Amino acid sequence: MYQFRYHKPATLEEAVDCYQSAEDGIYLAGGQTLLPTMKQRLAAPSDVIDLSAIDRLTGIEVTSDEVRVGAFTRHDEVARHEGIRRRLPVLAFLAAQIGDGQVRNRGTIGGSVANSDPAADYPAAVIGLGATINTNARQIAADDYFQDLFETALEPGEIITRIDFPVPSRAAYRKFPNPASRYAVVGVLVADFDGRIRVGITGAGPCAFRGTALEVALQGNLNSAAIEGVEVPDVGFNNDLHASAEYRAHLVKVMARRAIADLVG
Amino acid sequence: MEVTLTVNGSQHSLEVAENTLLVDLLREHLRLTGTHVGCDTSQCGACTVHLDGRSVKSCSVLAAQADGAEITTIEGIGSPDDLHPMQAAFRECHALQCGFCTPGMIMSAIDLVQSSDDLDRRAVREGLEGNLCRCTGYHNIVDAVLRAAPQMK
Ligand SMILES: Cc1cc2nc3c(=O)[nH]c(=O)nc-3n(C[C@H](O)[C@H](O)[C@H](O)COP(=O)(O)OP(=O)(O)OC[C@H]3O[C@@H](n4cnc5c(N)ncnc54)[C@H](O)[C@@H]3O)c2cc1C
Ligand code: FES
Ligand code: FES
Repeated sequence: MYQFRYHKPATLEEAVDCYQSAEDGIYLAGGQTLLPTMKQRLAAPSDVIDLSAIDRLTGIEVTSDEVRVGAFTRHDEVARHEGIRRRLPVLAFLAAQIGDGQVRNRGTIGGSVANSDPAADYPAAVIGLGATINTNARQIAADDYFQDLFETALEPGEIITRIDFPVPSRAAYRKFPNPASRYAVVGVLVADFDGRIRVGITGAGPCAFRGTALEVALQGNLNSAAIEGVEVPDVGFNNDLHASAEYRAHLVKVMARRAIADLVG
Repeated sequence: MEVTLTVNGSQHSLEVAENTLLVDLLREHLRLTGTHVGCDTSQCGACTVHLDGRSVKSCSVLAAQADGAEITTIEGIGSPDDLHPMQAAFRECHALQCGFCTPGMIMSAIDLVQSSDDLDRRAVREGLEGNLCRCTGYHNIVDAVLRAAPQMK
């Protein structure tokens, strides 16, 4: 890892100032993606700005129709949180399947969503539940947020502060984990908002996206037979040593069927 | 930069470079070489220590991030005359062969037991997902964790 300057600002404003005055600054949350990347010298920032001391990025709030998770919340905290387990169990279930225990003790939801790894789990929930990404500057709707491989709507220096998840009537997430890393080869989240269906897909493409054809088929007809005839074209899907694009397209329907089975038995 | 942290109960203030990893602080600066580096790429868990009571891969944490924290390493949990129940169980169950993965395995297993209610074989295997062992095939490691668990309650 190359040398850098380390900062630990106490407020959001200081963090943004620090980013702006740095030659090539980068924010550090749990470090579970950033530090390995820096060790491989794929990133060589001049300044590392640790977000861990900023109070505004912490805290979980559970209301009757929304679950609001501070960006600095670690995966393990989401997995174990009583309120989330009661109100939005799918999110706790998803978080419990990220990586391994040590990664969940460090990694944060804000870091995962900011990074937008094509195989990350949280993006399926952000898309599938239609979450709102709050930043230091604005609110971004899930459908506008993920743009391409590791590319999001975030501007340089913009900080995710909180993610608000609407609470559906029911929802389920299923992934086909890579056997070594547990990253999602494909992950599908199916949510039912009083009959309005949303489907979030991760792992398959360069970033998470909505399964609109699946949503249409499931509207008013939430059972696995309903998606039997839906074509999932593999155009633009990831094709790498973990799985071919064609296989990923196949997995989308398999994971969707499993998620639907969790919902309707 | 200066980093102040408590390691195995004693406080240290050390001058380290910003890019120093926690594992290097432990091994190079404090000479606590029980914590091993297997992969250095966050995969193997050999470097696992406790940071404020929870297991972390110390090769993926900056020393600077541990400023003000309490760290426990394999050296801090027992002594040769008074082994931690998890260490004793690893010995009794023959849960190690070369022993390279063992410090990390034990630190993960202790966190797993402390943070879980009911553990069965499957839950132990899943709970130790972040630790790789090239020798044992895991079977005896699972035995050891299940043997130590009730003794730690
Ligand atoms: C062995 C291993 C297995 C893993 N398995 C999985 C898995 O199965 N599923 C999965 O989803 N992930 C997995 N991960 C990734 C893990 O979830 C990371 O924790 C996560 O991707 C990044 O979160 P972080 O808090 O560690 O962020 P960091 O590594 O600190 O930061 C990542 C990026 O996000 C930026 N950033 C961080 N916080 C903010 C913020 N609030 N606002 C704006 N930008 C920000 C940083 O600048 C950086 O560019 C795995 C990682 C490892 C090492
Ligand atoms: S040395 Fe840290 S995970 Fe392998
Ligand atoms: S005992 Fe040799 S690696 Fe586990």
